Amino acid sequence: MLTVEDLRIVYEDFTLTADFTVETGRKVAILGPSGAGKSTLLSAIAGFETPAAGRVLWDGEDLGPKAPGARPVSVIFQDNNLFPHLTTAQNVGLGLSPALRLSPADETKVEEALGQVGLEGLGGRKPGALSGGQMARVSLARALLRHKPLLLLDEPFGALGPALRVEMLDLVADLAERTGATLLMVSHEPGDARRIADDVVLVHDGEAHPPVNTAEIFANPPAELAAYLGDS
Amino acid sequence: MAHGPQPVMSMSGRVVAAGAVALAVVLALTLGTIVAVFVRAEGVGGFDPADWAALRFTVTQATLSAALSVALAIPVARAIARRRFVGRGALVMLLGAPFILPVIVAVFGLISVFGRSGWVSQSLMAFGYEPISIYGFHGVIIAHVFFNLPLATRLVLQGWLAIPGERFRLAAALGFTSRDIARHLERPMLREVLPGAFLVIFLLCLTSFAVALALGGGPRATTIELAIYEAFRLDFDLGKAALLACVQFGLGAAVAIVALRVALPSGFGGGLDRAVQRWDQRGPLRTALDASWIALAALFLILPILAIAFDGIGALATLPSQVWTSAARSLGVAAVSVIVTLLLALPIAAWSVTSGSKLVEGLGTLTIVASPLIIGMGLFIVINPFLDPFALALPVTALVNAIMSLPFALRALVPALSQIETQYGRLADSLGMSGTARLRRLWLPRLARPLGFSAGLAGALSLGDLGVIALFASPDTPTLPLQIFRLLTSYRMDDAAGAALVLLALSLAVFWLLDRGGRVNVDG
Amino acid sequence: MKTTTIIAAGLATLATGASAETLTVYTYDSFVAEWGPGPMIEEAFEAQCDGCDLEFVAVGDGAEILSRLQLEGTRTEADVVLGLDSNLTAAARDTKLFAQHGVTDPQLDLPIEWDDDMFLPFDWGYFAFVYDKTRVEDVPASLEELAASDLTVVIQDPRSSTPGLGLMLWVKSVFGAEAQGYWEDLSDNILTVTKGWSEAYGMFTEGEADMVLSYTTSPAYHLIAEDDDTKAAAAFENGHYLQIEVAGKVASTEQDALADQFLDFMLTDGFQSAIPTTNWMYPAKTPRDGLPDGFDRLHVPDTALVYLGSEAQDIRDEALEEWRTGLSQ
Repeated sequence: MLTVEDLRIVYEDFTLTADFTVETGRKVAILGPSGAGKSTLLSAIAGFETPAAGRVLWDGEDLGPKAPGARPVSVIFQDNNLFPHLTTAQNVGLGLSPALRLSPADETKVEEALGQVGLEGLGGRKPGALSGGQMARVSLARALLRHKPLLLLDEPFGALGPALRVEMLDLVADLAERTGATLLMVSHEPGDARRIADDVVLVHDGEAHPPVNTAEIFANPPAELAAYLGDS
Repeated sequence: MAHGPQPVMSMSGRVVAAGAVALAVVLALTLGTIVAVFVRAEGVGGFDPADWAALRFTVTQATLSAALSVALAIPVARAIARRRFVGRGALVMLLGAPFILPVIVAVFGLISVFGRSGWVSQSLMAFGYEPISIYGFHGVIIAHVFFNLPLATRLVLQGWLAIPGERFRLAAALGFTSRDIARHLERPMLREVLPGAFLVIFLLCLTSFAVALALGGGPRATTIELAIYEAFRLDFDLGKAALLACVQFGLGAAVAIVALRVALPSGFGGGLDRAVQRWDQRGPLRTALDASWIALAALFLILPILAIAFDGIGALATLPSQVWTSAARSLGVAAVSVIVTLLLALPIAAWSVTSGSKLVEGLGTLTIVASPLIIGMGLFIVINPFLDPFALALPVTALVNAIMSLPFALRALVPALSQIETQYGRLADSLGMSGTARLRRLWLPRLARPLGFSAGLAGALSLGDLGVIALFASPDTPTLPLQIFRLLTSYRMDDAAGAALVLLALSLAVFWLLDRGGRVNVDG
Repeated sequence: MKTTTIIAAGLATLATGASAETLTVYTYDSFVAEWGPGPMIEEAFEAQCDGCDLEFVAVGDGAEILSRLQLEGTRTEADVVLGLDSNLTAAARDTKLFAQHGVTDPQLDLPIEWDDDMFLPFDWGYFAFVYDKTRVEDVPASLEELAASDLTVVIQDPRSSTPGLGLMLWVKSVFGAEAQGYWEDLSDNILTVTKGWSEAYGMFTEGEADMVLSYTTSPAYHLIAEDDDTKAAAAFENGHYLQIEVAGKVASTEQDALADQFLDFMLTDGFQSAIPTTNWMYPAKTPRDGLPDGFDRLHVPDTALVYLGSEAQDIRDEALEEWRTGLSQ
């Protein structure tokens, strides 16, 4: 279970507060207008921001002292998810060993992970030789190998066309379900949330509201969400 | 996203430790050596009239060199900016060459062209004019302009090309005359670019040693740097040397502080190979004027280099064997120098970027105002009680050369590393890539280009250095530049020309190979 | 079998190489040049010293030898120093780095008495400005006329070069308290100041300057070696400063006997006969065959100027200050 406890992040003249929990295995969309602090919230959970107050806990354990790489977290960013100088297999292999010391068994696992995202045999290519969709799949394969209980997606697949985007979302949902991972996905597309999220965390005016069931929140949107939906 | 990332808090202890060690080495060598000279000096003497003359000469020549370089750079850069011609790319590349051209090679070329028996004087005399002199004040200025006109031209050219093309289109649409364009577009740009360019060149000329050693001479044409050498090497007057060292350091630091306030331009930028399209510069007279500026500048740069090739090629076959052994020695020194430069630059750059500290980078670039001679002298004094400093001439030369290349390496590495961390820092953090894994799997491959450039620069600069080695060299282990200097001063012109050609070729090859090595496409 | 022989031969070579005694002699650049006395003297000495190896090390001009030795101190590899001059002996003595030469009553042919237990002369000459007769028509007849002319001259730095030091003392001996004023007058004639004699003379022969500070004996080189009588030394009515070039044994030498042997050899014909036509100076002891033809055509000054004993050292700092100040204006 993810616990965000009285969290307060101060950045220059901007403050974000959050206090909520997410049950293990849920798929949560974080929605809100741009600049509301959605990514900041995700960054704090991933360990990139030091909160001014409050804690982030996973299964009761305080993540505060842990460096980003040591947290039970996999992150997929908006862009720059792959190192262009490493091959696809190496990029995925980083999920097993950050120093890329891979045993033959590890290499088999890498190959399997690539298979699971539909990229069999492309391990030798560098990202520059892959399409946008393929690159997204590589980062998912890596997250799969890291096998962390918490999967954070920061506005992913933004550069993909609508059809490809839907395909990737479904793949993410599928992988999360198969691995039992808890998914937190920042998005500004209500459609993304509707498609795969169980719950929605609404970020507005410096506050992240506790998660609400997706169907419920869209059926009966609070004023902030209504305003946002009207905008889009 | 509206809220930028906070400083990444992933600075590993090892980065700090390595950075601190590297910085300590730099500080010990720059400031520590001055202290060493002072401690060893028995009483600091006064500043006598000849020292004042050296100070005056140093400032005067640096001012005039910088002013001339910048003033001449304006028409040349303007002509290059607005004209398209065959060889334009080659000319722009040539403008980068003097930076890695060994001073002694250039001096040789300049003597061949401007000396009493050189091409210019010979033609002057053929028309009944007095020959010009390459020695003393004139010579120092000519050499400094030779080295810095290209740099100034590149800086000003960058300014010209930084004016968006739309502005010129707009100006054309509004029917601006050349005068209007100058007033509204060009002069504001020049006001921004020129002070920085002037200061950079002023600083470079301030610490000039090899040029003054070869072409100056006599109390009338002595720079402070040369006076330090003489006080130490000829008079063994450490008090005087220490005093002059402080004056030199103070002068350099003062200029550097002023320079920091004026935005310092970087002369290494790429993208200088396109021309600005202009609509106001048609007409044969203007074209001819621009063409003559370009031709003059090109001749000024090419002739001395051509003279070396011309004079040297015949002597290559019969070069004394010492030239080849000293070339091998120089290559060894340069190799060590390259490694030390990178070993110092990388940790300092890493510390500077991960801590976001300007101070770290600033201290790392301190050596730009330090005098290699003072560092050498300080090392001499520190080493002398324990070991024979002359036996250590080559390692010391390699070390000091590395230190002198450090500012340029940092200048290339820090922005690149900073960009890498912005782009991939979080990804690496999230994957737990720290320490060696980050160095090997992220930094080194992505820094290949600036590392190759820094290595090439450090190699070429070290190869051509005629500073510390002049202080330390034992007679039987000269480096190639020192060997050339000796051949030149003993007037064995043919051998000197051949050796200069060898050094020129080596410097260019070392720079080209290392720089090219860094340009492998790591993402392909 | 064959291989073994070769190896044995190689080892033997190495062994003799290692056991051969090496005498290291610091000297000035032009002494070891291929056309200088070095090669000839090395051959002559090695022929008589029983397998020793004489190694000349060139360390700039004469005065630089002394500063070099001071920098190296007792750690120096030099066994003998050759190329200081009479103006530097007092300063050299003060360094305490030299030993007595032990030669009693050397037979010398010098224009003055020589009585020094540390430094032995090997040649001598008079400083003079050398010019090209085809280019200089109004030859100055004094230091004053030189300064008043618009001829360009190349001189040497008194801190690194013995001719440079000699000129500084020459001017001091002629002008006394007015020396600085003279340097100011001469300043506009000086094309450049070089570190050593070689550089200066090279610039002169390449045509960069009208005159160069050298010796009255320098034209002999052009006369004898190049069959060229266009070079001449300007005779100055002020008199000409006398230089006596000396050698000394370094106190810290480990080749004591060999160093003594070299100093003895220095005053024999094997060394002295090489001097006139390689170093282009007057030998300290005239060889059996006398001076070569051509030397009789040289100008011999009426008045020889010289500071003796520690006089040169006593006025050096003051004269140097005047030189630097006068020329820096």
